[in-house]
Amino acid sequence: MIIKTTSTSDCKEHDVTDENIYHQRRELIKKMGFLGAGSLLSSSAGASILDIFRDDKIPPSLFSQNKLDYKAINGFDEELTPEAKITGHNNFYEFGVEKQQPAELSQSFNVNPWTLKISGEVENPLTLGYDELYSSFDLEERIYRLRCVEAWSMVVPWIGFSLADLVKKAKPTSRAKYLSFETLYDPVQMPGQRSRRLGGGLDYPYIEGLRIDEAMNPLALMSVGLYGKTLPPQNGAPIRLILPWKYGFKSIKSIVGIKFVERQPATTWNLLAANEYGFYANVNPTVDHPRWSQASERRITSGGIFAQNRIPTLPFNGYGKQVADLYSGMNLRKYY
Amino acid sequence: MAIDVPRRWIPYFKVLVHLAALYPLINLYYAAFSDQLGGDPVEAVIHFTGIGALNLLLISLLISPLAKRFKLIFLMQFRRMIGLYAFIYALCHILNFLFFEVQFDLQLFIEEVFKRPYITLGMSAFLLLTALAVTSISKLRRKMKNRWQILHNFIYLIALLVVIHFYWSVKSEIIEPLIYFAMYAALMMFRHKKLRGWMKGITSR
Repeated sequence: MIIKTTSTSDCKEHDVTDENIYHQRRELIKKMGFLGAGSLLSSSAGASILDIFRDDKIPPSLFSQNKLDYKAINGFDEELTPEAKITGHNNFYEFGVEKQQPAELSQSFNVNPWTLKISGEVENPLTLGYDELYSSFDLEERIYRLRCVEAWSMVVPWIGFSLADLVKKAKPTSRAKYLSFETLYDPVQMPGQRSRRLGGGLDYPYIEGLRIDEAMNPLALMSVGLYGKTLPPQNGAPIRLILPWKYGFKSIKSIVGIKFVERQPATTWNLLAANEYGFYANVNPTVDHPRWSQASERRITSGGIFAQNRIPTLPFNGYGKQVADLYSGMNLRKYY
Repeated sequence: MAIDVPRRWIPYFKVLVHLAALYPLINLYYAAFSDQLGGDPVEAVIHFTGIGALNLLLISLLISPLAKRFKLIFLMQFRRMIGLYAFIYALCHILNFLFFEVQFDLQLFIEEVFKRPYITLGMSAFLLLTALAVTSISKLRRKMKNRWQILHNFIYLIALLVVIHFYWSVKSEIIEPLIYFAMYAALMMFRHKKLRGWMKGITSR
């Protein structure tokens, strides 16, 4: 399904950038004749031209990103985090714990061939190869807020398909209660899996999990691209999960396996520090991380140190209308 | 063999130390203001000044062992300024947190200081370090006589608190903090006689 309706909780461009400045920028670009009418509608082209004005640097990439064919969101007036920041500031410990390391250490990552195996309690186990990641389902753009458990956030134009479509295709049996996800384990290509120093002492492969009704929620996205192109490695190429109402660490990257299971599966950060990272990890301003507040967040946009504005964090990251029903009756302090 | 440098060279060395301490700081803020400091300049300036303060603190603790062992007496003339730069970096670290992380939300700032053990610890270390920085003025030093040395021995506690603060602040990547623990332990080994003397003083009481 296509999610194009804007709800009142969605953040708009004018929340972050002064509207006048925003329109002036667009005017300037139009006047300079850099963009044709068609490309004006495409958020990716618009953003990359803006990036030149913003003096952002996109790290030189050996990894080639292909243009994707997808249903774009047109006329979506939302301030995006610049591409250079989305691809230059990553928590992907397989490629190093420091934020800039994944962009530096992942550029020779080989994603083709790729195998995503869907197995477990399903009537129709399936395997998707590299090309099938892009061709099995209709791709659409979705602009989501991403809230990291470290209390910073971004707005990202993802491209992908509904996890629910994949679940339906696999036809879960009545015993399938949870989904268990797994990242590629390849220490040769992923230096963080070779070295405890680079990998932050996590146990690999990285694993994540969801309840099956959470997986069926229309917001849950299997992303294969961002800003109009296939994902770069540091953002989880070739395929990753996006759960915009949960902290970022739930949105597992570079997935090779999805298994339908009966019991709640183990998850990587929960195994490392159960008191700090729960299974649900829903964005919740009223439940602090033991070592920092979750009541507000810094929105990463364009601009330097003065532009990183602190804004209140919303329950379920502002997607409560779509997902709160999943957790009715649950004590969210206990199931954090 | 005592290595000494001519007295008239000292001011030039001091200029070098000033430049070495200030240049990274100026560079850092220039990059942060002009958006050339990666995805999250706020995190970057907080981490850089925090680690910078700890590095300078450890360098200042290395000076007297070096001066004694290798008879590099002239090094002692740099200890105060390096200690003061550790204080300046620590001050920047805290101001970064106040200005850019919590963005002048004083209530949140105070809540975080008291609610988060690693911040409480870091702030305690900073307040002690402030006392040392203020009393580093020669006039006060003379006035305080031997109480000055007692106060400034707190530097060993401060360094320990800062290392724990670092260890406690990370999500999972504990190797770097452990290296700092090792460096701290090594610096304390140079002072084993002094430390043992204190331990005796405490236990015999």
